Amino acid sequence: MQLFVDVGRYCRLIYEAIRSSTEFDMYRKNLVMEMVKTGYDSLPIIILAGFFTGGVMTIQTSYQLVSGFIPPETIGSIVSQSLLIELGAVISALVLAGRVGARIATELGTMSVSEQIDALESMGFNSVTFLVMPRVLAGIFMFPVIYIAAVFSGIIGGLVAGILTGSVPVADFMSGSRQVFTPADVSFGIIKSFVFGYIITSISCFKGYFAAGGAEGVGQATTQATVLSCIYILLADFILAFVLL
Amino acid sequence: MIEIKNLTKSFGDTLVWRNINLAIDEGETLAVIGKSGSGKSVLLKHFNVLLYPDEGHVYIDGIDVFDMRYAALRKLRQRFGVLFQGAALFDSITAFENVAFPLRFFSNMKEEEITDRVMESLELVNLQNIGVKTPAELSGGMRKRIGLARAIVLKPDYLLYDEPTSGLDPQTSDEINDLIISMAETLDITSVVVTHDMHSVLRVADKVAFLNEQELSWYGTIKDLKKCENEELNAFIKASIFSI
Repeated sequence: MQLFVDVGRYCRLIYEAIRSSTEFDMYRKNLVMEMVKTGYDSLPIIILAGFFTGGVMTIQTSYQLVSGFIPPETIGSIVSQSLLIELGAVISALVLAGRVGARIATELGTMSVSEQIDALESMGFNSVTFLVMPRVLAGIFMFPVIYIAAVFSGIIGGLVAGILTGSVPVADFMSGSRQVFTPADVSFGIIKSFVFGYIITSISCFKGYFAAGGAEGVGQATTQATVLSCIYILLADFILAFVLL
Repeated sequence: MIEIKNLTKSFGDTLVWRNINLAIDEGETLAVIGKSGSGKSVLLKHFNVLLYPDEGHVYIDGIDVFDMRYAALRKLRQRFGVLFQGAALFDSITAFENVAFPLRFFSNMKEEEITDRVMESLELVNLQNIGVKTPAELSGGMRKRIGLARAIVLKPDYLLYDEPTSGLDPQTSDEINDLIISMAETLDITSVVVTHDMHSVLRVADKVAFLNEQELSWYGTIKDLKKCENEELNAFIKASIFSI
């Protein structure tokens, strides 16, 4: 029963956000701030995660493909394509479910339990326009940028790992990457990152906005936001792969 | 004028109160009293439609607020100033910006005019020199006063106070009571004060509504209160006086 109530409240929240999206003046400033917090501030952790993912993939792929018959370019192909169609988007989304999702749920949860959302409403603001809309839009706009950063840093990580372990020369790695590169893979990754950005920010806003019960309630909202975001990211990843590949 | 007719509210299976009827004339101050958990704050949140009832009506100047569309409701809410129990200040911005916040979105004022209006509100609550501090740097009493300055900055017709003196020392409570009286007198504002502090009630209120046993147990003027024969209310008053 609670599931239906939650789905109803979530749909209502998103409907209200979309309906009020024309009030751009209300959330313009918040949108810019959220884009910086969600995108720019997340870049260091994303570059780090991407770099090591690419590095580990190169080492593991070269370990698994020890054979004189398989050219070293194959390592570059596998690593680059995996980053483009899967890991760049999924790894960055899972990292940001913790970083961005937890921040949003905590911020809105604290505002909810300390009556700051009621204060906004009682001043005449539409709290959904003011708080939810900029956060969800920032997620949708900035996750593709984050995805691109994750893929680039992953490829650099792969190159560095290839040099350090001596498993694949730079020229072979790049040649392999170029051989399998198609713009469709990039489009697929960007579509994924749009969807993941929406999932993380909308679920976290929902959990935070309706948080109740003091500090414990905020803690629960934050945990649920992070866990649910991860679950729905994996589910959406499967559905998108099934439908688009 | 605010009129409440046959208001009933429950959360799930739990009835908060039923069949509340009240009227507050312009410039009057109504105190809503009752034990903790009697639904005082819930009642207050119906005045500006932060909550909807199960049944009943709230009329503001003859208009039923529960029939209003959201856009009209937002306009109406700007006629209310609300002082929340914990002040509900936005903790990421300074006290000055908290007070200026509604002006930046709901007025066409220039920066200089905003500054003047904010300073005027801060002066009314005697806190003109702490604008640069953040809410975390303020005491409980100061936060409430900043909350009050923010509530009056749009020059509302109605002020709603949710437990304005709770958690404050007697001296600061008295200062807040003085502010409530001076707001009603200088700005000619109609006020509703939710409290369980009888000392505060006797100082600020024109009328009193006592919530008990899920209904409006007693309702009348301060003069009537002195000769009231409601046992529960008398016990409540006695307990408040002894606790002082």
